[in-house]
Amino acid sequence: SFDLTCVWQYLLVELVAQSSRYGSLWPLPQKVQLSDVSFKLTTSSFRIVDAKESSAGPSCSLLQNAYRRYYDYIFENAKKSWQAKGKRTGPSELGELQVWITSADSECDGYPSVTSDESCLETFSQLVYKDEFGTKNINQTTISDFPRFAHRGILLDSSRHFLPIKVILANLETMAMNKFNVFHWHIVDDQSFPYLSRTFPQLSQKGAYHPYTHVYTPADVKMVIEFARLRGIRVVPEYDTPGHTQSWGKGQADLLTPCYAGSKPSGAFGPVNPILNTTYDFMTQFFKEISTVFPDAYIHLGGDEVDFTCWKSNPDIQKFMEQQGFGQDYSKLESFYIQKLLNIVSTTNKGYMIWQEVFDNGLKPDTVVHVWIGGATDEEMHKVTGAGYTTILSAPWYLDYISYGQDWQKYYKVEPLSFNGTEEQKKLVIGGEACLWGEYVDATNLTPRLWPRASAVAERLWSAKDVTDISDAFNRLSAHRCRMVERDIPAEPLFSSYCPHEYKGV
Amino acid sequence: SKTYIFFGQLCCNCLHAVGGVWPMPQISASSPEQYPLNPEAFYFEYGRQSEAQPGCSVLDAAFKRYFSLIFPDYFPGDNLSVCAGQASLKAETVWGALRGLETFSQLVYQDDFGSFFVNKTDIEDFPRFQFRGILLDTSRHYLPVQAILKTLDAMAYSKFNVFHWHIVDDPSFPYQSQTFPDLSAKGAFHPMTHIYTQTDVQRVISYARLRGIRVLPEFDSPGHTQSWGKGQSDLLTPCYKGGTPSGAFGPVNPTLPSTYQFIARLFKEVSSVFPDSYIHLGGDEVNFFCWKSNPDVRAFMQKMGFGTDFTKLEAFYMESIVNITSTLNKTAIVWQDVFDYHERIPEDTVLHIWKGVPYDYTKELSRITKAGKRVVLAAPWYINHIAYGQDWRKSYTVQPLNFSGTEEQKKLVIGGEVCMWGEYVDATNLTPRLWPRASAAAERLWSDEKQTSSVEKAFPRLQDFRCKLLRRGIQAEPLYVGHCRHEYQGI
Repeated sequence: SFDLTCVWQYLLVELVAQSSRYGSLWPLPQKVQLSDVSFKLTTSSFRIVDAKESSAGPSCSLLQNAYRRYYDYIFENAKKSWQAKGKRTGPSELGELQVWITSADSECDGYPSVTSDESCLETFSQLVYKDEFGTKNINQTTISDFPRFAHRGILLDSSRHFLPIKVILANLETMAMNKFNVFHWHIVDDQSFPYLSRTFPQLSQKGAYHPYTHVYTPADVKMVIEFARLRGIRVVPEYDTPGHTQSWGKGQADLLTPCYAGSKPSGAFGPVNPILNTTYDFMTQFFKEISTVFPDAYIHLGGDEVDFTCWKSNPDIQKFMEQQGFGQDYSKLESFYIQKLLNIVSTTNKGYMIWQEVFDNGLKPDTVVHVWIGGATDEEMHKVTGAGYTTILSAPWYLDYISYGQDWQKYYKVEPLSFNGTEEQKKLVIGGEACLWGEYVDATNLTPRLWPRASAVAERLWSAKDVTDISDAFNRLSAHRCRMVERDIPAEPLFSSYCPHEYKGV
Repeated sequence: SKTYIFFGQLCCNCLHAVGGVWPMPQISASSPEQYPLNPEAFYFEYGRQSEAQPGCSVLDAAFKRYFSLIFPDYFPGDNLSVCAGQASLKAETVWGALRGLETFSQLVYQDDFGSFFVNKTDIEDFPRFQFRGILLDTSRHYLPVQAILKTLDAMAYSKFNVFHWHIVDDPSFPYQSQTFPDLSAKGAFHPMTHIYTQTDVQRVISYARLRGIRVLPEFDSPGHTQSWGKGQSDLLTPCYKGGTPSGAFGPVNPTLPSTYQFIARLFKEVSSVFPDSYIHLGGDEVNFFCWKSNPDVRAFMQKMGFGTDFTKLEAFYMESIVNITSTLNKTAIVWQDVFDYHERIPEDTVLHIWKGVPYDYTKELSRITKAGKRVVLAAPWYINHIAYGQDWRKSYTVQPLNFSGTEEQKKLVIGGEVCMWGEYVDATNLTPRLWPRASAAAERLWSDEKQTSSVEKAFPRLQDFRCKLLRRGIQAEPLYVGHCRHEYQGI
């Protein structure tokens, strides 16, 4: 991990419809010291630069890119910036933002990990405001910031509907504005297999909605990973098995279990067939590829909602159950499969995450457990952390469940550590993810559905536990939402209101 | 008016024939026999015996527009050859012709090689209801003109024909009035950037006209008028706390002559700006609390013999402004509250039913039509109320005439309206929220109910229609899992 200390001096008090004393900061930093002393920023003289003492320099493309990106955000893509070189900044002007990477290893060319944290450029850009003359200003400020939780993710589902690359990139951009740092890519599922595998190209050839127009090529995947990296976002892919795999069977014969109607195959297929060696040969080769394509230290292996009906109907499986002494307990068969899968993935030196059922059904793997089932969430959190597992929370944050009104408030009010447990247990909760499942979502409605509702989750995962004032949150989030719109992200409104710059796209 | 499209004979219900048309035409027959269309050679032409000829602005524009819709991505070369085959479209008026062109455009399809085809088809079509509207609310959130125009395009694709423009309300007054410029100067969210100038309004009206869409403006009063008071002092009722004004304001003040002078002058302008013969006067959700608190209002009540029945005061106000509307030769449409509170309104006033659960709109349909008044039904189509899942089915299975009443009564239901109130809606999410859910109601309002009663049969057709909308640049959201050949690529 590296420490990123931005050397800046000025804070913002921005005027919004109802203004918060914290302006439009979102998520709210851990410590903020405000003042009324304001300074101007002009395109002709303001620069973002590496501090002299910084371990990162001009060769750090990640930072150079970020400086330009945030310069554009601050000055709203002002095309004209007349080069008045050597112009001295006036006494009331802020001439530069110096960025100082304090760790010896800046990790410039590396990939973000669960212990990375940064984003003060975003915070700085949120402090800038326009005065009544249209000039950019920033007030004297001191901010000390760090996230409450290290894992702050968004799940997108590109199987129920294909998501064009553009919309994925736009959402990575928006995630960065909200300090999310994990893109959980639920890339394949029952309905379609858009991932173009170089080892098994027929998976997408036969399993995608369309083998050319609805696939992610290796170049597409690389682009997403690099785009995310430049924004400090990890890409954690999910290849969910043994359930949720209908589309895998199209291009990989004998992978799925043939279901039986009486004594004959019905023609339908069920989950991955856990009793064949070919299954594990396939998984070995497949995950070898995945581990090289995706640089993150973790792969999500799914393991949710396995329907045992098909397994039960298959005579070969019944025989296998007998041989193994599993009796009629098919959750044992599922655990058998998952354990073998985990062993395979371990050899690739990746860590893994699995949905909670794997834990619920008895397997005790060395893994991160992803809690998603609503209802008895507190109990589940208590159980999972009680058993010593690192945990990620999603259950209260299924953003695909839309409803009329300001539902962002209910996401904001969630307290991830509200369950009964010791301090040690609570430390095991490394964060959470807002999930946008794709049954009813594609590029036409994804962005307004995700934002700014996911921003509520962003603050809950970043800011301090006692940041719970809903009306202050409303004021700041309204301004933050208008800022996303200004940055060309169609984040939908919270309530009747207006933004100085409304969304231009139609 | 009816439209007829002739191609040929047999019946075939596949998506390359009339199944692919949304809303479902009333009477149709098609065959699997395919005719190719050559974009180099295809053209629209006025029939020799047609009353409309080149120079008819509506159809000239429509021919151009529909050519591009039928042949997307096509750029014409310089040859034009005469095509052997011919199709015929007959309609009583240009408005019917527009509907027919829309139908025709939905019959054309492309094969995997990109060639265009249309199947031999015979269609006789007409709408079940003559009023098929969409309400947009530009007060809770300002909608850029582009967003309105885009909505009008999508409306035409589903054969909607009324744009109910709920242009002002409590939060903001974006309509720039020539007579009272302060209304928007003081009442808009921003007097320069969040207004509709006269030019903007005319643009919307003419854009709509070329698509056969009426623009029905609503200036809702006496409630829903907070923003009016910013630029028109003394219009709203000062609320009292104890014996002194509290600083807050309530509905329009119905006791002052200046109120009616103002309304008369404003409506005179509105009548000339908006050419439709109807104006929506609102009249909903009037909160009596402020009127009650004001001693002058109470005194007026005494003088008029209203006692303490404030519905009488509201009735007095509504009757006055409906009369103003009549003298301007416009017919009034009002929300159902006006009827519910009192019944003395002109015969031809149309009532707009909006109250849903816990109210029973079928009872309201019976009551209002029994009193001999015409009705527009909106209550089951408040699609600003979103929910998880395929809620288009709810809109689709509404039965507008399933209420107790005589045949005569049922004739008084002139149509329905899909409402997209703006509390949570602006240009960032309007289009996916409106489409294709509104199209479900479109079919209910156009097509024969018996032929379109099956949600299961409608689903694949509506999915296909949604893909057509995408192809035409309308950001319609998905119904369920699946894909379209051409996905929406933008953000």
